[in-house]
Amino acid sequence: MLKEFFNQDTAPHATNVLVGKLGEVLVRAVGKPLDYAINWGRLWSLWPVHLETACCSVEFGAASSPRYDVERFGIIEAFGSLRQCDLIVVMGTITRKMAPRLRMVYDQMPDPKYVVAMGACAITGGLYFDSYNVLPGIDGVLPVDVYVPGCPPRPETLIQGCMLLQEKIKRMKGA
Amino acid sequence: MSSANDKDGEPSETSTGPSEGTRPLSKEEARKFYEEKGIDFSPDAPVKPRPIPQFEKSISDKIASKFGSKVTVDYVRANRMRISTKKEDILDVAHFIRDELGYDHAESVSGVDYPDSKEIEIVYHLGSYTDEKLAQQVLALATRVPREEIPNPGKDRSRMTSLREVFYSVEFHERECFEMFGVYFEGHPDNRRLLLPEDWADIPPFRKDFKIKGR
Amino acid sequence: MTAQLPPGIQLEKVDDRIMTLNVGPQHPGSGHMRLIIKIDGDYIVSCDPDPGYVHRGEEKMAEYRNYIQNIPHLERPVIHDSSNILHPYCLAVEELLGIEVPERAKYIRVIASELNRCIYTLYWLAIYGIFLGHSTMFMWPAGDRELFIDLLEAMSGARVTHAYLVPGGVRNDLPANFEERCLRQVDYFEKRLKEYQAVFYKNPILISRTEGTGILSRTDAIRLGTTGSVLRASGVDFDIRKKEPYDVYENLDFETVVMKEGDSYARSYVPYLEMFESCRIIRDAIRKMPKSGSVRTKLKPNPKGGNEEVYKRVESGRGALGYYIVSNNRPEPYRVKISVGSFRNLICMPYLLKGELLGNMPSVYWSLNYWPVEADR
Repeated sequence: MLKEFFNQDTAPHATNVLVGKLGEVLVRAVGKPLDYAINWGRLWSLWPVHLETACCSVEFGAASSPRYDVERFGIIEAFGSLRQCDLIVVMGTITRKMAPRLRMVYDQMPDPKYVVAMGACAITGGLYFDSYNVLPGIDGVLPVDVYVPGCPPRPETLIQGCMLLQEKIKRMKGA
Repeated sequence: MSSANDKDGEPSETSTGPSEGTRPLSKEEARKFYEEKGIDFSPDAPVKPRPIPQFEKSISDKIASKFGSKVTVDYVRANRMRISTKKEDILDVAHFIRDELGYDHAESVSGVDYPDSKEIEIVYHLGSYTDEKLAQQVLALATRVPREEIPNPGKDRSRMTSLREVFYSVEFHERECFEMFGVYFEGHPDNRRLLLPEDWADIPPFRKDFKIKGR
Repeated sequence: MTAQLPPGIQLEKVDDRIMTLNVGPQHPGSGHMRLIIKIDGDYIVSCDPDPGYVHRGEEKMAEYRNYIQNIPHLERPVIHDSSNILHPYCLAVEELLGIEVPERAKYIRVIASELNRCIYTLYWLAIYGIFLGHSTMFMWPAGDRELFIDLLEAMSGARVTHAYLVPGGVRNDLPANFEERCLRQVDYFEKRLKEYQAVFYKNPILISRTEGTGILSRTDAIRLGTTGSVLRASGVDFDIRKKEPYDVYENLDFETVVMKEGDSYARSYVPYLEMFESCRIIRDAIRKMPKSGSVRTKLKPNPKGGNEEVYKRVESGRGALGYYIVSNNRPEPYRVKISVGSFRNLICMPYLLKGELLGNMPSVYWSLNYWPVEADR
């Protein structure tokens, strides 16, 4: 390796390799605490997109009502601008007309982004398993992080699902 | 008699059944079971003769005397009546119902598909806000349009005159009817798709020959 | 543009004055639907509603399920008003099958429907507050709504999807001490409702944003066939509970709320005043209800309707809600059509928003008492 380093032709390449290796060491040395700090920042400020797709949005609304108050867990009320959001809660049935729009919304969100499938319809199609216009679950459209079952899920269930998502974020790679 | 009796080919004896506990009940056993539980097991829904109410009769008589053989009074019940007519005459009948009888809006427009008689029935449920006496009445105005075996919405024979000129409130209902049954409404300004996705390429979904998944 | 366009794609002609806006389906001011709005400056030139994002084919699915299996999925379009959407279905099936309902069950149904009407209206009011940027008006009704949900949860066992009303009566009897609990809640709620008035309905900001916007005249309300609070806010005295009383509404003491203005403020004020009437109905029904007795007429297993059709309607939170059921001697209905208030009020949207300021769009839209999931069915 040293020979390569002093060779005129291969010197730039070897320098790059060296710098890369040094970087890896650096990340390994300080990466874990850095991951922790970055994830900690993401953990307590999840902003869900204001995208209501079906009747589960009633229970999503109830989750931010005074009794359940999902904000105390760092999940803030549904927000209009999707460019500033990092969580998408798919509230119920996705119809064939809605599916391309859902994907469009997801694609416009900045990374990192998380998906919670809320309700039986979003997981498997639920009660509408034999309807002609309903997708059998959103797995084919979005990568789902947490499934919250129920028809509709109680707000407590939704809150638990969001806390599971926070557990998952804690274990994710930071950068 | 029972739901089990409707199916002719149902095996009544289960000699090859797996065990005594899980085999299906025979007809006699089922009857005994329901009698013990005290569930009514009489064959059909009781048919009660209904008295024909006077006020509703007077309205339907007015229509019948005006149009004669063009209209048929299907039934007259308390607060409900149903009048069917040919699709060529429906505009005249609707004008008469609005101007002379005082019905002023449509509550719903429904289609019913009858593949056996090759017809699609369109039913307008009409009501009145202005006339106090008609407030509880709902008049069903029905007509039938021909039904195509292979539908081509908007371009085949399944078409009828729109009633939007008479009852303005049918606008969105007729649009829904067009996409769900393929019945084109002539004179409707806006025969566009309403509820189905833009890329819907199948036959209109509420027809009886459109089968949903697994059925 | 000289580049060759792919086949099937056309360029839209762009006017330098008129701009097209897609409001929804992801928009805080539209909910589950899309409004294609053309604006000139700040004024709306035309509005074309594009519903159908929650069209799930309820009516088609109902043709493949028998009369009892239909109950749970027919309440899904309005899960926060589930008693009211099942009420006409039960009435229609009872007429088809010739079932008599016990007297006590009729009263329990009315109580459940009125409690549910309060739940629906409170949710609607909470979202109306959010639409207008009034966070207090989200928190208060959303909190009070939970108390009503507790009552219905005690009755039926489920939070929002009760499936409590069944053909032949109600699913189970009232729980112990329900009457006292319900009366205490109604007393508290009436006091609370008066506070809403101070914080919301007399708020000058709300008044300036809603008064005089989206005016629907009496003639147009009749011509467009609107229903529910939209109709009553335009001065038409029409409530199916009064005009065509079902169950026991004719024995109960209440009044129809009618306002003459026909603007967004009146349309948002009528449902609020109707909650007082709901409280009156609940109190009266509990007083007049038979204290004991059967609550459900047992149906035959897998009942079959005759070869006839039936149209029944009730007054729901959003207006008249009717079921048209055609039966043909089968355990499944031949055709089910749900005539919903939201779909009937949809026709007002292009009419009311024309010439309106874009900023007034959310207040006009939500004052129509429109629930997209129900309209799409």
